[in-house]
Amino acid sequence: MFPPLPNPSVQAGESKFGEQDLVRRSASSVPPPARRLTPMAKLIDVTKCIGCKACQSACLEWNDLREEVGFNPGSYDNPTDLTPNSLTVMRFTEWVNPETKNLEWLIRKDGCMHCEDPGCLKACPAPGAIVQYSNGIVDFVHENCIGCGYCVKGCPFNIPRISKVDNKAYKCTLCSDRMAVGQGPACQKACPTQAIVFGTKDDMKKWADGRIKDLQSRGFKNAGLYDPPGVGGTHVMYVLHHADQPELYGGLPAAPRISPLVDLWKGLTKYTGLAVMGGFAVIGMLHHLVTGANKVSAEDEKHASDLTKSKA
Amino acid sequence: MSDVERGDAVHPGNPVTVDRYTPGARINHWITAACLVLLGISGLALFHPSLFFLTGLFGGGQATRAIHPWIGVVLFFSFSGLFIRFWKANLWKREDGTWMARLRDVLAGHEENLPESGKYNAGQKVVFWMMSVLIIVLIGSGLVTWDEYFSQYTTVTQQRIAVLIHSAAAVTILCVWIVHVYAAIWVRGTIPAMTRGRVSGGWAWRHHRKWLKELVTGK
Repeated sequence: MFPPLPNPSVQAGESKFGEQDLVRRSASSVPPPARRLTPMAKLIDVTKCIGCKACQSACLEWNDLREEVGFNPGSYDNPTDLTPNSLTVMRFTEWVNPETKNLEWLIRKDGCMHCEDPGCLKACPAPGAIVQYSNGIVDFVHENCIGCGYCVKGCPFNIPRISKVDNKAYKCTLCSDRMAVGQGPACQKACPTQAIVFGTKDDMKKWADGRIKDLQSRGFKNAGLYDPPGVGGTHVMYVLHHADQPELYGGLPAAPRISPLVDLWKGLTKYTGLAVMGGFAVIGMLHHLVTGANKVSAEDEKHASDLTKSKA
Repeated sequence: MSDVERGDAVHPGNPVTVDRYTPGARINHWITAACLVLLGISGLALFHPSLFFLTGLFGGGQATRAIHPWIGVVLFFSFSGLFIRFWKANLWKREDGTWMARLRDVLAGHEENLPESGKYNAGQKVVFWMMSVLIIVLIGSGLVTWDEYFSQYTTVTQQRIAVLIHSAAAVTILCVWIVHVYAAIWVRGTIPAMTRGRVSGGWAWRHHRKWLKELVTGK
């Protein structure tokens, strides 16, 4: 068993991290932080998940959110997708393993992966609407959010959702408010099987190693850790029984990275665009300086006058 | 085929004046112009972080995000009006190729080396057609990017392509706009065509001689 985190003190105390720990801030820059926090991570062991949705309930409960009563689409997925209120959902996949002919029920808790290289933050045009702390949390600052949906386009995992109520983007915060007082995320606390554990990223990798060895010894030869390098690693990681086929788990991308289209849009287009427009304006001014105004001469007026008279 | 548009007329006198744009065309033009400027400002504000402060002109980031697409809708319909008015006189003619080939003379102000132009010269026609095509591209890609109402109809990949096309087309149209505005300033006597609706006879003789001759001879 993974040793649970002790309960927090009931005395008011200092926040464990804050503004001074920002390493990235959307559409703006931050001074290099004086200290680096230990990178934290949430490890979701899909192989231990029983699909009880305690994590979903805990998430709604802690964040004081309510989901609308939905409908049954013929699977256990409820709601069927992430919403501005449901910051995490369990995705249920029924898969027949072609090697064993066994029906496997793959249940993955979906939500923000807290990428080390966050596509949402890089796409965001609003200064300070998305921030990244040195402990790995990628958080949305709603007072700065303008609701444009660029984060949706930037995200390699299709996670952020824009609220139709206040036109702001929502996603899992990794319970940044709980972490500020030394607690783990609400979902982790509620999980009855320790399919979700929380701690430093190094500890989580070590814990995952033990789990993977155990799985491999029991026939899951492709068991492994999902910590995709394409986004610089993530602060939410999965232990998968079939780490060679992450797509099986409700479409978890095998090699996520920030889309080259987003790189092009936020890189080349942004800088050359401004340069080209500025260039056109400067060329115009230079042209006017060199050639002077193109003026109508008295001769032109006389020609026009002659022309109209000749036909009048 | 004559380039003469409805409302064009010559008034003999000293100096000669020529009616170039009807009040309807001018109102239509300035609505479009105002929309394009507002779209440019609000779009640039979301295009580069150093210009985000421009959102203040629209009442903040949320308001800018909300209003930009609606201005685009107004511009689309307003420009459609201009297109219906002006497309015929902007059809490409043989002399336009010659005009383009002598761009060096155009920029040096040597009108005497250029073929006589109809109501629009080749440069104006290029601006007209580029605006027409780019506005269609912008409204199309803009609808795909309009998260509030249309995000559910497209995939994220389609939205990424749309936003890339939208920003590239926006940069291009703003360059076309700079050329358009600069030409109107550089070629003195042009701006009254869109403000008061008329130009001097000398201006028409110098820059659109074929059109002036058509007006005078009435064919």
